[in-house]
Amino acid sequence: MDQIYVDIVLSILQASFLLAIAPMVTGIIRKIKAYMQQRRGASIFQPYRDIAKYFHKDSVISRDTSWIFSITPYVSMAAVLIAALLVPVFVTRTLGFVGDLIVVVYLLGTVRFFTALAALDAGSAFGGMGSSREMMVSSIVEPTMLLSIFAMGLITGTTSLSSIASVLSISGINLVRPALFLASAAFLISTIAENARVPVDNPTTHLELTMIHEGMILEYSGKKLGLMELSSMTRLVLYFTILSNVFFPWGIANDLSAISIGAGLVTILVKVLFLALVIAVIESSISKLRLFRLPNLLTVSFILAVMAVMSFYIL
Amino acid sequence: MDADLFFTLLTITGIAGAVSAVALRKKERVCATVSFGAAALSTLFGTFVAILVLTGSPMSIQLPFDTPFGHFGFALDRLGAFFLLVISVVSFAVSIYSIGYSKEYDGKYSIGLLGLLFNLFLLSMTFVVSASNAIFFLIVWEAMSLTSYLLVVYENRKEGVASSGLLYVVMTHLGTTLIMVALIMMGLYAHSYDFSAYSGVGVLMSSALKSTLFVLLFIGFGSKAGIIPLHVWLPYAHPAAPSNISALMSGVMVKTAIFMLIRTLFDFLGVTDTWWGLLVLMVASITALLGVMYALMETDIKRVLAYSTVENVGIILIGLGAAMVFESYNLDLLAGLALIATLLHVMNHAFFKTTLFMGAGSILFATHTKDMEKLGGLARRMKWTAILFFIGALSIAAIPPFNGFVSEWLIFQSLLQSYQIPDMMVKVLLPVVIAILALTGAIAAVCFVRLFGIVFLAKPRSEHAEQAKEVPKTMLVGSGIAALLCIVTGVFSFAIIPYVDQVTAPLVGASAASSIVNGFVISPTNDQFSTMSPFALVILIAIMVPLVILISKWYGGKRKTVVGDTWDCGTPLSARNQYTGTAYSNPLVRVFSYVYRPKPEVKTELTSSPYVKKKVSYAFVVVPVFEKYLYQPIATSMVTAARWISKIQAGSIQAYLAYIFITLVFLLIIFR
Repeated sequence: MDQIYVDIVLSILQASFLLAIAPMVTGIIRKIKAYMQQRRGASIFQPYRDIAKYFHKDSVISRDTSWIFSITPYVSMAAVLIAALLVPVFVTRTLGFVGDLIVVVYLLGTVRFFTALAALDAGSAFGGMGSSREMMVSSIVEPTMLLSIFAMGLITGTTSLSSIASVLSISGINLVRPALFLASAAFLISTIAENARVPVDNPTTHLELTMIHEGMILEYSGKKLGLMELSSMTRLVLYFTILSNVFFPWGIANDLSAISIGAGLVTILVKVLFLALVIAVIESSISKLRLFRLPNLLTVSFILAVMAVMSFYIL
Repeated sequence: MDADLFFTLLTITGIAGAVSAVALRKKERVCATVSFGAAALSTLFGTFVAILVLTGSPMSIQLPFDTPFGHFGFALDRLGAFFLLVISVVSFAVSIYSIGYSKEYDGKYSIGLLGLLFNLFLLSMTFVVSASNAIFFLIVWEAMSLTSYLLVVYENRKEGVASSGLLYVVMTHLGTTLIMVALIMMGLYAHSYDFSAYSGVGVLMSSALKSTLFVLLFIGFGSKAGIIPLHVWLPYAHPAAPSNISALMSGVMVKTAIFMLIRTLFDFLGVTDTWWGLLVLMVASITALLGVMYALMETDIKRVLAYSTVENVGIILIGLGAAMVFESYNLDLLAGLALIATLLHVMNHAFFKTTLFMGAGSILFATHTKDMEKLGGLARRMKWTAILFFIGALSIAAIPPFNGFVSEWLIFQSLLQSYQIPDMMVKVLLPVVIAILALTGAIAAVCFVRLFGIVFLAKPRSEHAEQAKEVPKTMLVGSGIAALLCIVTGVFSFAIIPYVDQVTAPLVGASAASSIVNGFVISPTNDQFSTMSPFALVILIAIMVPLVILISKWYGGKRKTVVGDTWDCGTPLSARNQYTGTAYSNPLVRVFSYVYRPKPEVKTELTSSPYVKKKVSYAFVVVPVFEKYLYQPIATSMVTAARWISKIQAGSIQAYLAYIFITLVFLLIIFR
């Protein structure tokens, strides 16, 4: 029984860690992009200040909205945090028995479900446009994520996040198969698409015809906007963590000794920062795709994921 | 207490309800209360019967007369009792709902007729899952088809209802013919028409015959369940019926076909060939994916729900197909897992689809339209209907921890276990099914965001929606029961699975419950592979949501909330500026244009100058692929053949006498 208390404490610690570094990671991506554009850019701590600012502001709510609009910020933040509780960050012990990787994907799907509804709630065309496009993207991305997970499930003989991480990190190179790389490539594209990054969406744009995610949260202000922003930043870090610890978990702590936990902390930071660099480089070097070119990219990732699962049996 | 007694009470109350509906038909409100009240009581008895059989011993009742086809009677084993439970519970909720809903028809159509048919329809469904004799089964199956047909054409003065009914009755009889052939064929081998003699009759047959019977049964029951391409009647018939009947038809009537498929394949024939399961999987995948795709572009609320029934039948059959594949390799434990997932989805779909159909009925009741482009803003006007519909939408979109999620998760897990299959080809094929199921789930989420968002949120798009009022209490209570069950069966699925396991264990020959449920954690056959606990998830949600609310209220202090206009870029917004249902699904229609074959038509009327347009109109048509390329040619060739044959019917008696004479001579020569 003591085991479970340790697990609870560990998963709370890890989720808090993700929540704490989330705005910084966004700040770092912005900073790298600024450097690549020959600008100095804002401090990497600017997102913290932004969110604090939102929480101290009054808010304006459209008169046409219903209870969906009011509960969505709380539901999305809570769902992201619950998902964070299930994901191993620096040690492979979490509340994983509550849900496996499929549950995490569906929890993040819950966030999308509510956000897309809230976007429709104010009755503006921007919200509808964002919502409709977001759901188009997600309808191909979600199956891709599930399939790449299944490929990992087959390789490691489990779909439980902690077990995937510990099995891979312990048995090491023997389990590395082509399926692993195919699946991780598919998941990387999904990460980009799900977090509204270039080339799928542009997080800095407020141009009506191109925005997806920004269009959906256009009507939010004050504390609720703060929550929506914080939850999408946390979601980005959560995806980075899944990508790091499911596909390349080496370095994660498998026991509770101070050395391995320290090593786990350092490796996850390095991996997350590396992924932030990858995102920043992609965003600086290619332009956003036209909306109806997107399905091509997304189907490529879908096919990659299908091939990952099939290649496990064939190769 | 005795199951037999309750079954008798159920029958008597049902018949009493039917008779009283006719007797009281002049006083509409009294008639509705008495006849639907009797139906509720009758289904309550049905629930008792089912629970008694599920927790105790099987039930068997013989009718006190003999027929040339053996004894007619009722028998319930655990499988039948499980389906009876689903039918009874759902019908109970719908009966209560109908008391209020039937007000819609006061003074327009006969309430007495509705009450009569409703009670008979419920009884016939109960008898279908409990008939103990093949011929008796065919009779009650036909009774079920006919009563439901009459209910479909109940609103007979509405346009399109009669033709929907005709399509339904033709398709369902096509299926019944095949079922009849298969059941009688099995009866010849079993030397009896008693279902008790049918059990295991497959061992006596040759492999080819067994496979033929399988195909007959799959097509026959499949046409009732709505598999593609035999689904064409479903999106017409289910929406044409009164909404309470649509709820029953989509929620439970299609499940009687699933029940008979499980019974005939696992119990009677025995699943031996792998290709049976693969065929079911293939058809099921197509059904699920195309079903949800067509649901996505419908703008009629009830047709969206009807197509989504097609999709869910696909998902159920994916589970069944997986169970059949595992069974053919004697992987009993996995077959058990897949069959448990299938039955859970049967139950869950019954609950959330009736919730949704009752919600659609409430919308129809309050606004007199089921066109989503004329709705909007109902969440503020019909708060409770919106909340109940939302619960249904969350369940069907597989949002954890609602019930749809639990069964979908289990189906995924059982498909993932396919790595234990020894055959390489089969192993490689199953990931394709997983991919299609994942795609289906994702599109279903889009479909229900669209349905809920367009209908309930933002500004009303018509006067009817503007003036909508909350529906009567009985309707809310009816759909409330079903909505509550969506939550309960999801959160407490760990407690339900052991009972479902007792249903499947005799069919697959292995009990899987002990390896699936561990405390309140669910894990597919071994907890090394993965675990999930909807119950623990609810606890996390119950902690996390209030925590987030409290912290965000506390941090930054109390802040004002001002109510203002939606951001309008300086031009006041009207309801026409909002996204419509068609616009919402348009990106996906374009992405999947290969399936939809959309034909947008833009018509421009010019004035004398080519630069000034008088009117531009836009129409958007999607080609109904199956109607056009499959059914249209068949119908045309049949009409042509009929015309050709009709040439011999010249109308002269001498000619007819000659035909009779020629036939007689001909027969005498052959059978002399």
